[in-house]
Amino acid sequence: MFRFLFDRDTWQEVFDSFNKNKLRSILTMVGVWWGILLLIGLLGSARGLENSFNRLFGNFATNSVFIWGQTTSKPFKGFQEGRQVRLSLTDAKKVEENVEGIEFLVPRNQNQATVIRNFLSGTAQISGDYPLLDKVQKKKLINGRFLNQADIDEKKKVAVISEDTYKQLFEKDVNPIGEYIQINDINFKVIGMYEVGAINIGSSTEINIPFTTFQQIYNQGDKIGYMMITGKPEYDISQIEQDAKLLLKNLNNIHPDDKRGLASRNLGTDFARVTGFLTGMQFLTWFVGVATLIAGVFAIGNILLITVRERTKEIGVRRALGATPFEIKRQIVVEAVFLTLVAGLFGIISGGWILIGLDSAFGQGDEAVIVNASVSIAVVFVALTLLVILGTLIGLIPAFKATSIKPIEALREE
Amino acid sequence: MLQIKKLHKSYPIGNSSLHVLKGIDLSVEEGEMVAIMGSSGSGKSTLLNIIGMLDEADSGEYILDGLLIKNLTEKKAAVYRNKFLGFIFQSFNLINYKNALENVALPLYYQGLKRKERQELAMFHLGKVGLTNWAHHLPKELSGGQKQRVAIARALAANPKLLLADEPTGALDTTTSNEIMAFIQQLNDEGKTILMVTHEEDIANMCKRIVRLRDGVIIEDKKVNQVRVEQYV
Repeated sequence: MFRFLFDRDTWQEVFDSFNKNKLRSILTMVGVWWGILLLIGLLGSARGLENSFNRLFGNFATNSVFIWGQTTSKPFKGFQEGRQVRLSLTDAKKVEENVEGIEFLVPRNQNQATVIRNFLSGTAQISGDYPLLDKVQKKKLINGRFLNQADIDEKKKVAVISEDTYKQLFEKDVNPIGEYIQINDINFKVIGMYEVGAINIGSSTEINIPFTTFQQIYNQGDKIGYMMITGKPEYDISQIEQDAKLLLKNLNNIHPDDKRGLASRNLGTDFARVTGFLTGMQFLTWFVGVATLIAGVFAIGNILLITVRERTKEIGVRRALGATPFEIKRQIVVEAVFLTLVAGLFGIISGGWILIGLDSAFGQGDEAVIVNASVSIAVVFVALTLLVILGTLIGLIPAFKATSIKPIEALREE
Repeated sequence: MLQIKKLHKSYPIGNSSLHVLKGIDLSVEEGEMVAIMGSSGSGKSTLLNIIGMLDEADSGEYILDGLLIKNLTEKKAAVYRNKFLGFIFQSFNLINYKNALENVALPLYYQGLKRKERQELAMFHLGKVGLTNWAHHLPKELSGGQKQRVAIARALAANPKLLLADEPTGALDTTTSNEIMAFIQQLNDEGKTILMVTHEEDIANMCKRIVRLRDGVIIEDKKVNQVRVEQYV
């Protein structure tokens, strides 16, 4: 059945009819070429974006939630509405002990302050932190180290600064480690400096000091600014969020239905929104790509229809010489599939070039917008199969057209 | 070789129909060279098309080499055409993007012969019409006479029992016409049965038998003394 595919004459016929209508055949193939190019290019870029998002979020635990206190909106247990709620370390401890599925719970305190070093000064966000923060919000240290337990225990006056803070307070090329900076007129020794990622919660000019030190200098007592909770991978972060909030409402005498007493931000749902967007984009890409492809294949069908019309007489001669209708049809279908496949292969190759171009333009370095833009072999196979199927289907139309004319009428054609 | 009995054929024209063949009885023996003559509209081409299985009769009997030709599927017709018949057309009908050799090899391709055999056989037949040196030329590089010789070689390639020629000299000048007719006579001498449609009296006289058609019926069927083309040259 498929032996004719390995027959030199089959291909001779295909090339002959291609050569006869070179320009037209090429113009038609552009349609299919463009469709595949779009498909590969867009899918690859979408993948690249997804990779880059994944990498950006990679520094963050994406299954995490922030919870902080606000003002109540409902009176409860004798308290009036409009009460300011502030969470405490005790609350944090209780949540950690009682809510299921928590991997880390990190209490934080934050404040704005003016920072001075020699004649330079700037404003920075001062955060009182535990060493655990590094676990949920990976700090890319350029110099020195992050806070450790000893800093906490001894309430050391040490600071880890972000790169942007460093730029405000230090001249270029000065090693900040061991230098002193003044926060609220208190001297802190710089022990580390880290890079600020492209996705950052809060200010980029940040200074992290030991939680206990923050407590003392700002007189915070047991209170905390907010807590950051990360869930274990097998747990649903939204459930953890609900459980923790319910417990905290209970501990702080907030009405269970009070929507404003406690606020939270779920990075998991944020992340899901972004990945959802990416999935949508991929779907759109397939849709656009395949639609363009179909349009291109239709163009090929159209051109073959015209070619068949022009070759009516030739087909008549062939049939007078003994070509069966099946042989004629088969030849035309082979031509259609051949044109779509060649155009498709060129499309895949040039789509690949585009991805290589994108990669060298936007895909280099740590801050790349598009990371490893590529399509999987499976996608290429699906595209090729699609091409063969579409090519066959569209080839059938001119094929039947060609043999629907009686040979006698075909021969009469001038 | 060929028996036709009470053959009728009509074509629909609008609501009415045109009765083209009104009961043709014709019998051709092997080795004959028959000219079918008649003015345009006499039905001679229709008769040739039916004999060539390119068209089908409405009623009547057509037996070719002992085989009843009736209600053929397209596929079967194609196979019979390939096996039994060779066609020569007025306008040559060579495939213009194939060279002479490939044109001659085409019926062999549809017979399913291997490439090498096809090439050899096609070359042999091209040699018979004296065009060995033109084998790799495209039709547009050939003269009218050469084109018709390629077409004859093509018709012969499949070794058909019956050669059908539709005005084979219609597009050629007198000298070339005679040249072509000389070939056809030579083929007949070698034993091929030839059926030819023409409206030229002198061409018809180069055959051995003339069948005259008028308005769809045979008005005359006579053996003639063949005029050998060599006499002209």
